[in-house]
Amino acid sequence: MAELDTSGGGGGKKGKKVRSKKMSTRVDLTAMVDLAFLLITFFMLTTTLAKPQAMDMFMPDKDKDQTDELPVKASRTMTVLLGSDNKIVWYMGVMGSTAPTVDNFGKSGIRQAFIDNNKKVLAQTGDPKKGLMVILKPTDKSNYKNFVDLLDEIKIAGVPSYGIVNKIEPEELNLMKEQGALKD
Amino acid sequence: MPKVKIKRKSTAIDMTAMCDVAFLLLTFFILTATARQPEPLPVDTPSSTVTIKLPDSDISMLTVGQGKVFFGVVGQDVRMRALERMAEEYKVTFTEEEKKRFALVESFGVPMANLKQFIALNGAERNNLNQPGIPMDSTNNELHQWILQARYATKELHGQELRFTIKGDSNEEYPTIRKVVDILQEQNINKFSLVTTLEGLN
Repeated sequence: MAELDTSGGGGGKKGKKVRSKKMSTRVDLTAMVDLAFLLITFFMLTTTLAKPQAMDMFMPDKDKDQTDELPVKASRTMTVLLGSDNKIVWYMGVMGSTAPTVDNFGKSGIRQAFIDNNKKVLAQTGDPKKGLMVILKPTDKSNYKNFVDLLDEIKIAGVPSYGIVNKIEPEELNLMKEQGALKD
Repeated sequence: MPKVKIKRKSTAIDMTAMCDVAFLLLTFFILTATARQPEPLPVDTPSSTVTIKLPDSDISMLTVGQGKVFFGVVGQDVRMRALERMAEEYKVTFTEEEKKRFALVESFGVPMANLKQFIALNGAERNNLNQPGIPMDSTNNELHQWILQARYATKELHGQELRFTIKGDSNEEYPTIRKVVDILQEQNINKFSLVTTLEGLN
């Protein structure tokens, strides 16, 4: 008959009582453990990564009476204008006194500019508390990503103070158009 | 002298204990994991190098994308109380049932006038609905009211100041963000968080 011989080759045992072979109760758990750990890893990562990261942002007080405003020397300020197509224009101090620079995002772009200018200002004032002051002016054409990226670069470069100003002078808009950083 | 034979050991290890531990941990993680609700307004958040996590409670999320703003507060009790306060403000009455249903909605973007119909919808219908966003123009500034009432509700129930986060889309134009920031600043909220995803330093 078509029957599998499971008795393990012990020939010559005919005539004896047929005993059902005792099976081992051990199961191979390797695959099961593999699966369990895979799922554990998945759940661990999703639970901790699901929490979003948040960047804190401070806006200047909008109070009408600005009595406690600290005057900042113009030479310490760096005005950064955010244009369209991920373009940045920045200048030091008062507009027109220094040549504006068109820059882009990235390690060698605006971040280097922040670091360099911060060093210069610190050397100028000689006071570690008086570093660079960045004035951030996003135009209507800029997008949110550029804005967040710039805040991030400020943080990375270790610029001590920054401010967000929504009022952009017409001269500044003209300047940006001249530099090709702003499209209509 | 007979040769000493090294006894060959079996390579199979008993995995019962390991399996037990693995499944115990698995159960723990499954139970602690919070099911993520489908977002009514999918946004692609910009990336930054910040690694600070958001707190779990007393927080409100303003989702900004496609020129629309969606409002959401963490905590069912706060949401319910905020709705009650809004109902008083806009002279709309909600039944207990409707309030309970609303408390389960994590984030929404419908004006007060349509809120009743919105609550009546079931989950699948809500996902398919193209929500217009919360009105925030000067004549009908509902977003301002929602923010205000949610702050009151949090203060009443938890005695905590409500914190605000803005979850904006990468490609969102800056003016929309500025509008939301202006509304927050009108209520003297000058500190808030921006939700970002993680990226490397380069």
